[in-house]
Amino acid sequence: MPRRSRLWPSIAVTSLVAMAPAVASETPSDAVRLANLVRQDCGSCHGLSLKGGLGKPLTPEHLRTWSREQLVSIILDGVPGTPMPPWRPLLSEPDARWIAERLQHGDLP
Amino acid sequence: MSVMRLVLAFLLLIPAAACAGELRGTGNLGLIVERATGSVLIVDTTARKPIGRVEGLGDLSHASAVFSPDQRYAYVFGRDGGLTKVDMLDAVIARRIVQAGNAIGGAISDDGALIAVSNYEPGGVRVFDARTLDPVASIPAVGADGKTSKTVGLVDLPGRRFAWALYDAGEIWVGDLRDVEAPAVTRLAGVGKLPYDGNVTTDGRHYLAGLFGEDGVVHVDTWRQPLKAERILNGYGRGEQPLPVYKMPHLEGWAAVGDRLLLPAVGRHELIAVDLRSFAEAGRVATHGQPVFAVARPDGRHVWVNFAHPHNDTIEIVETETLKVVHRLTPGPAVLHMEFTPRGNEVWVSVRDADRIDIYDAVSFAKKGEIVAQKPSGIFFTARATRIGQ
Repeated sequence: MPRRSRLWPSIAVTSLVAMAPAVASETPSDAVRLANLVRQDCGSCHGLSLKGGLGKPLTPEHLRTWSREQLVSIILDGVPGTPMPPWRPLLSEPDARWIAERLQHGDLP
Repeated sequence: MSVMRLVLAFLLLIPAAACAGELRGTGNLGLIVERATGSVLIVDTTARKPIGRVEGLGDLSHASAVFSPDQRYAYVFGRDGGLTKVDMLDAVIARRIVQAGNAIGGAISDDGALIAVSNYEPGGVRVFDARTLDPVASIPAVGADGKTSKTVGLVDLPGRRFAWALYDAGEIWVGDLRDVEAPAVTRLAGVGKLPYDGNVTTDGRHYLAGLFGEDGVVHVDTWRQPLKAERILNGYGRGEQPLPVYKMPHLEGWAAVGDRLLLPAVGRHELIAVDLRSFAEAGRVATHGQPVFAVARPDGRHVWVNFAHPHNDTIEIVETETLKVVHRLTPGPAVLHMEFTPRGNEVWVSVRDADRIDIYDAVSFAKKGEIVAQKPSGIFFTARATRIGQ
């Protein structure tokens, strides 16, 4: 898998590949949508600044102890017995992977 | 005092008087939280216009406000533990402190003297002098399990008391702060798993906490001594698999209407009606999504309901006599909050992703106006100063 395809979510992957390298630095609209979802909707429990609320902080320091796969699985399937819901009905696996990666790198656009 | 000092004192007063402009009351003012920019908009609800913006309130991603008895000052509780006293007339910050690392809300005592704040980090409840914001009491929330708990659902009760719930420990505490040096706290332990919010009926008598970890609601009748926590609506999910909850319901502004209370169910797209004498279920209303707020029009005839993601572009209006949805509106992306004018002729709606407040006629449901606001969330009108539990 080329490195870039891990960086961007599902729909953006194809559009990025199709685009010239000159526009690759622009934020694809899908990334904007996902980043907005993370800040606003994840943020309703984890805080708009992702420093935590009813849910745990989503800062790189706090997420260091989890593997990428664990985070993807938590995003998609939730944590039973806690308010963390399964996002599988609303997010694809590449979406979840992109979110986990952005959060662990601390570079959510 | 010398003549010179008198003159000087008089001169110093002039700029303030000039700022204040004409004399005006505050009973028709409101405060709108702009969550992303850490600012609040002050609005005149009669003119349907903003009259000022106050910036520098920190992280307002989950913010709420209460008002001083004279309805001049708003106390805004921010996510980052900020407590800001906003002057509604001059549109300035009168005082501001950062009292904790992560907070969820607060309340003002019935006499207007104390501000209590409910904290996630470090947990517990801290109490401040409403005039100066100086700390006057701290009540750590260490549950029967010996661990520190996040606190939620903090409300004022008559007799300079407050009630709140311990999220992690599953407890409800009632604190009597008549002697602020020595708060008298009654702890009700083992009330249920993960109480996520609480509220009190408009008469200040019945405190209810919603549970996230179990199918049920906890009821405390604060008129009965000794205080006792009783489970109501047990198993309201009827054993069915709960639906995912993409935003926690809020009990603030809940719909207590005549002899009934309408509560958002958790993990079900329903409102549950509770009989306020027996506390038994009195009916259900199927809704468009997971309800977040169910707010009663002040006359109690209708309840306006908004929803969690991904149904948060919609409002449903429920008739309380028949428990039927009588109207549906789609104001736009991310409807976060609704606030009625005190007599209930209008309802103001925050539409976050449209950067807009929509104003509706509460009888005809016709849109009467719009106000531009930056990522608006909570809307708080000064008339809340006169209501118990707000």
